[in-house]
Amino acid sequence: MGRYLARRLLYAIPVLLATTFLIHTLVFVLPGDPIQALAGDRPISPSVVAELHRRYHLDDPLFVQYARYLRGLLSGDLGRTFTGEPVADALAGHWLVTLRLGLTAWFLETVLGIGLGVWAALRRGRWADRAVLGGTTLAAAVPVYILGYLAQLVLGVRLGWFPVAGAEAGWPGAYLLPGLVLACFGAGYVARLTRSSVLESLGADYVRTATAKGLSRRRTVVVHALRNSLVPVVTFLGIELGSLLAGAVVTEYIFNLPGIGQQVFQAIQLREGPTVVGITTVLVLVFCLANLAVDLLYGLLDPRIRHD
Amino acid sequence: MLMLRRSAVALAGHSLAALALLAATATGCARGSADDDRPVPAVPGGSYSVALTEPDHLTPGRTTSSYALQVLEGLFDTPLALDPHDGHPVPLAARSVTSDDQRVWTVALRPDGVFHNGERVTAHSFAAAWEAAAYGPDGWDANSYFAQIEGYDALNPTDGRPPASRHLSGLTVLDDSTLRVTLKAPFSQFPMLLAFPAFAPLPQAAFSDPDHFDLHPVGNGPFEMAGDWQRNQRIDLRRAAAYTGPRPPMADGVHFKIFTSTDTAYTELSAGHVDFVTNVPAARAYEARRTFGHHYAVRPGGTMDYLGLPLWDPRYAKPELRRALSMAIDRRGITRAIYNEVYLPADSLVGVTIPGHRAGACGESCDYQPDRARELLRQAGGFSGRLELYFANSDPSYLQWMTAVANELRQNLGIRDVAFRTMPGADLAPILNSRKATGPYRQNWVADYPSEQDYLAGLLGHGNRPGWSSPAFDDLLARGDAAPSAAQGIAYYQQAEDLALQQLPLIPLWNWQDQSAWSSRVGNVLFDPYVAGLHLEQVTVRH
Repeated sequence: MGRYLARRLLYAIPVLLATTFLIHTLVFVLPGDPIQALAGDRPISPSVVAELHRRYHLDDPLFVQYARYLRGLLSGDLGRTFTGEPVADALAGHWLVTLRLGLTAWFLETVLGIGLGVWAALRRGRWADRAVLGGTTLAAAVPVYILGYLAQLVLGVRLGWFPVAGAEAGWPGAYLLPGLVLACFGAGYVARLTRSSVLESLGADYVRTATAKGLSRRRTVVVHALRNSLVPVVTFLGIELGSLLAGAVVTEYIFNLPGIGQQVFQAIQLREGPTVVGITTVLVLVFCLANLAVDLLYGLLDPRIRHD
Repeated sequence: MLMLRRSAVALAGHSLAALALLAATATGCARGSADDDRPVPAVPGGSYSVALTEPDHLTPGRTTSSYALQVLEGLFDTPLALDPHDGHPVPLAARSVTSDDQRVWTVALRPDGVFHNGERVTAHSFAAAWEAAAYGPDGWDANSYFAQIEGYDALNPTDGRPPASRHLSGLTVLDDSTLRVTLKAPFSQFPMLLAFPAFAPLPQAAFSDPDHFDLHPVGNGPFEMAGDWQRNQRIDLRRAAAYTGPRPPMADGVHFKIFTSTDTAYTELSAGHVDFVTNVPAARAYEARRTFGHHYAVRPGGTMDYLGLPLWDPRYAKPELRRALSMAIDRRGITRAIYNEVYLPADSLVGVTIPGHRAGACGESCDYQPDRARELLRQAGGFSGRLELYFANSDPSYLQWMTAVANELRQNLGIRDVAFRTMPGADLAPILNSRKATGPYRQNWVADYPSEQDYLAGLLGHGNRPGWSSPAFDDLLARGDAAPSAAQGIAYYQQAEDLALQQLPLIPLWNWQDQSAWSSRVGNVLFDPYVAGLHLEQVTVRH
């Protein structure tokens, strides 16, 4: 288990190197000049253009830029944004917001999705089941921005139950509504996945055995059926944590949360190489760790899966 | 930097605006409107909040973004200010700005000016600030605003070598309260430039720790920073205790709340969580008018959109063809359909708020006359090949109006092959600046100061984007610059404008207007179309 963990962590290094190099190359090969774009439709002083090119190393060859980036990374320096703020500071300021939003959404998604899925499975074919199936289809079909604006106007402006926008109300107040909106799509998927998986387990031999042995319904469902049913759900939830963090862009925009979603959007538009690469690196790390956690969880849920 | 003023930073998903409107009409927007119509008592005190888009910097000279300028309006007193009604310069930090020959200017300062940290405002504070901005290796955004001052070129060498000096030879500090400015050539519009925030003074602190100063600027204006700028979240100002200038504030505090989405900001105004939204999305014009009544205002600004033409392409060389393109475009129809009548169809090269603007200066060239346009195209010998339209993809409304223009050119001129070239601003700017575009392009201009000269010199002066040259035009501009006063320069600039409109190297399309809405908590609301925007110090608060 320990060796497995170490090996997996080592795997993450080439993945990170490859990703940062790829993103670096993508940002680098894009044509155009971000400094001139900053100036808009007005001529910008050539001396200022030259200075900014020098300051952000825009004229250096790709490999020189990448080597400089890696060297900086090792000493904890991620470069600077076009407004002169160190990328590390900008990330630190924004990352926490996104993490709170992502975890809130992930928690809501897990609780709602698994809860509804089990509930529907145990009432197969009855109205509750049909309601869950219908509701999850709807949740998955309505785009996040429509849902977001609707939730904002109805629950925020009209009813005044939640803050409309901004992070100032702190956690959880400011994050509940955007978290719910962000969770909706995934929660529908988790509910359906759980439902079919639980149904499959309920029909399996070992559950029939358990029932025949006279175990209580609760114990049969929770310990025997559910535990086995959760393997695919956990896989999904693990990957989903990464997607939630990356997919917070629209939600952060609608709810005016100063997270990395907003930041990466601006950085891509302004073509701020260091910011884009910095954020991407952190996201890749999160994906790697989430995947590792999923693989470790398998072993706990299903002893037949072993790591060695 | 100029485009940044209004649009570029707020780039995040404008495309959501239409859907927001959909959602808004579905639920019917509520509250926040004129619940309380009693006039706001004009007593000092209280605080209010303003929705803002994240600025880039808060050091004058490092920024030209309108969002930053709105904050700097409260923090700094520039030598002069622009009268909110007609844009003429009036004293602010200076007692007077005078010149006999329009080339050597004497700036006499108020003797009692102080920065918020107690440091005295002297002629040195101005000279140091201007030299920092003019020094190329500092890389400050407002660098080019100082290009007319003697010695600028020495601070901005084009051969890649560092400048030998840090000082502008055109600046002489005569004594603590007198600064002499020598320009390269006479420039009658110079006093207007002195109302731009880049010309504000800076204290010592700005140079000892520039990064910290940018988060916590120390100015000489009616408001001071209350805490650091919290990036992407808020900027809080409070009444400056030390302020002795001519515009003491009514309110005790101003809170800027930073939004990425103007739609969300508008929703917050509806919910009663902010007091001012100074750029209501155009898509919500009708709704805002209905909801906010007399707490809603539309006012023309200095920003214009044009269709620039690539004169280096021989197909666009004939003025008849350029006029044909112009007359085939239905400006009124487009501003109505796409901008909810918030934008004004252009009939001049300059904005309507600019002294010297003449309604109808463009003549029939800017009228929608499809038949005449076809006639002119025939005279010009027709158009061959593909007509490509270049624009940035940073705002979905660009695609909308370009599509309308493309359809009109097809229908009215019979140009079958019309195509789009859309790309990010970072790609488009170098293509246009290096004259590699092979078709008309979106050209935008934001006025720096209310003078015809700003538009004409910026758009069609030396090294202009369309590649147009006219010695007569250049001569008229120079004569306007040398006129004995800003007002007397206007006649020459108007002649220059007429010349440009006959040749039409770029086609005026529309003049932007800004929409604002505010809550019933605030009164004495004064916006101006020039650099100040909302006059922060005048607002009164119900408290």
